[in-house]
Amino acid sequence: MKLLLKLTLLVAVLGLGACANNRYLGDTTINPNAAGAAGDPNSVAYFNQTVGDRVLFLVDQSSLTPTAEATLDDQADWLLRNMEYTALIEGHADEQGTREYNLALGARRAASVQAYLISRGVSASRLNTISYGKERPIEICSNESCYAQNRRAVTVLSAGLGS
Amino acid sequence: MTRFLTIAFLALASIAAPAVAQDTPGPLRIEITEGVIEPLPFALPQFIAGPGAEDQAADITRVIAADLSGTGLFREIPRDAHISPITSFDSPVEYADWQAINAQALITGSVTIEGGQLVVRFRLFDVFSNEPLGAGLQFVGSPDSWRRMAHNVADNVYERITGESGYFDSRVAFVHEEGPKNARLKRIAIMDYDGANVQYLTDSRSLVLAPRFAPDGQTLLFTSYESGSPRLYTLDLATVSRRPLSDHLNGTMSFAPRFSPDGDRIVFSLEQGGNTDIYLMDVATGMQTQLTEAPSIETAPSFSPDGTQIVFESDRSGSQQIYIMPATGGEARRISQGEGRYGTPVWSPRGDLIAFTNQQSGRFHIGVMRTDGSEERLLTSSFLDEGPTWAPNGRVIMFTRETAGTDGAPAIYSVDISGRNLQRVATPGMASDPAWSPLNN
Repeated sequence: MKLLLKLTLLVAVLGLGACANNRYLGDTTINPNAAGAAGDPNSVAYFNQTVGDRVLFLVDQSSLTPTAEATLDDQADWLLRNMEYTALIEGHADEQGTREYNLALGARRAASVQAYLISRGVSASRLNTISYGKERPIEICSNESCYAQNRRAVTVLSAGLGS
Repeated sequence: MTRFLTIAFLALASIAAPAVAQDTPGPLRIEITEGVIEPLPFALPQFIAGPGAEDQAADITRVIAADLSGTGLFREIPRDAHISPITSFDSPVEYADWQAINAQALITGSVTIEGGQLVVRFRLFDVFSNEPLGAGLQFVGSPDSWRRMAHNVADNVYERITGESGYFDSRVAFVHEEGPKNARLKRIAIMDYDGANVQYLTDSRSLVLAPRFAPDGQTLLFTSYESGSPRLYTLDLATVSRRPLSDHLNGTMSFAPRFSPDGDRIVFSLEQGGNTDIYLMDVATGMQTQLTEAPSIETAPSFSPDGTQIVFESDRSGSQQIYIMPATGGEARRISQGEGRYGTPVWSPRGDLIAFTNQQSGRFHIGVMRTDGSEERLLTSSFLDEGPTWAPNGRVIMFTRETAGTDGAPAIYSVDISGRNLQRVATPGMASDPAWSPLNN
C-alpha cells in the first residue's frame, strides 16, 4: 500500500505541478471539483469542461458524428498525456424507447467511444464501459432539445495506475 | 411480513342447496370475447358474521366485490336496493326478490372464527334459473390470510360464470420509484394484485430494474447495478435475502432475465463489447449457453408456457421486431408484421397470445398478437406505455405508463385483452416494471 501511495504521489507531482496540494492523495478517485484550476490543462476539470467529457448521438444511432470524433480526438490526446487516469465510459439513451433496448443501445454507444479512443492509441486496459440506458437522463423535458442531450456517452475519469 | 399460509379447501357436499334444483341449465355466463358486453349485475349481501368476525366479514365482502367489479365484467347492485336481507347462510333463497332487482348472480356467504381459524363459506346462485351454480365451498385459514380467502371466493365465482380460471389470488412485483426524473431512486417491491400488502424488498441505494417471478412464485429475478454494472440477482421472498445469480465476466452486463416455466433455466441478455445477445443459464449448474450470435441487439426474451420456444426482440432487420426461436437456440423467425417498432414480447400463460410494446409515430402501445404474428391488436395508446405482464389466466395485462414532461411519472395500469377496462393500479407512489405472479399456491 505504501508503495502505491509513493507512486501516486510521484506521478501526481510530475503531472500536476503546483496543483498537487489540492488533491486528496491516497484515494483512487479524484474529485474533479477539488482539482486544480480548470485552466490547468492536465486537470480533470479541464478535461470535463474544455476538452469535453461527452459526445452526443443521433436518434437510435451509436455511430460517431464528426463533432463527436473531434471531441474524442481531444480526449485521447489528454488521456495519452495523463497516463495516471483510467476512464469509465457511460452510455445513455433518451426515453423514446423500451427499457431493455435502451440499455443495449447505451452499451453500443459506450463501446463506440471506447473503440474510437483505442484507435487513437489509448490502451484498452485503461477503459471500461457501462450502460445506463434511459435510467439517468440529465435533461428531463420530453422533447428533442432534452432528448438530444440525453443521447450521450460520458467519459468519467478515475485516477489509477491502469487496470 | 405476512407469510402465505396454506388455505385448506373443503368442498362441502353436505351444504344442501336451499332451493329446488331445476333441469334447465343456467344462462349465467360471460364469454370474454372482443364483443361489447354489458357487465353482469350481481348482488353480494354482506357475508354473515359469526361472533367476533364482524370486521372480517365486512372486509372480505368488500374485497370480493372489488375483485369482481374491477374486472369490468361484473356490476354490483347496491346493497340498499336489496329487497330481502340474507340473515342466515342456510336459509332458502327468495329468487323472486333478486330477480326483481335484476341481480343475475347472487353470492351469499358467512365468516366465522372456529378454533382460532377463520372459516369463510360461500354459495353462488344463478338467479334467473332459480338454482345454485356449483357447490357451496368453505375455506379455512389463519385470520391473517383473510384477503387470500376473499380472493379465492371471487376467483371461484369468476370461474363458474366466465369459464376462465381466475386471477385474483396473485401478487405483482414491481419497481417503486421516488425522486425527480433526473435522480430517480428505485426499489424492488411486491404487493397483492389489487395493491394491498405492499412490501419493499430492496433499499434504494442501487439502481434496480424489472423483477420477474419464478414459476413457484417464491423467488424473484431482477437486475441490479449494486456491483457497479448490471447483473442478475435472485431474491427469496420468504427471507427477503438476495444473491447474485452467477459469476460474471468483467466488462459485461446481464439484464432482462426470465425463468423457464419449469424453473430449470433462465434466459437473459448478455452484453459484451457493445453487443447484446441472448443467453441461457442452467439454474442448477450455472452453465451458460449462447442462444443468439448476431451483431444486432437481441434482448427481452420470454419462454413459451410449454418451455420449447423463446420469443424475443431483435433489431437485426434494421428496427426492433419480434422473433421466435427454439428454446435451445437456432433459426429465428420474425412474427411482428405491422407498423413501427416492436419490443418487450411476453408469451401468455395460456400459450395463445404474445403481448408486446409497439412504438409508432411517436406514440407507444401495448398490444397482443397470435404466436404467428396474426390478429395483431393494439390495446392502449399513450406517450409511453411499455413492458406488459400477463395475469395468470392470460386475460388481463398490466404494464407501465409514464407521463410526459419534467414532472413525468410512471404508474402501473391494467387492461383486459379486449382493450377494455383500462385502469390504474394503486401503488404507494410512482411505480414501473410490473411482473404478475402465478396464482398463489
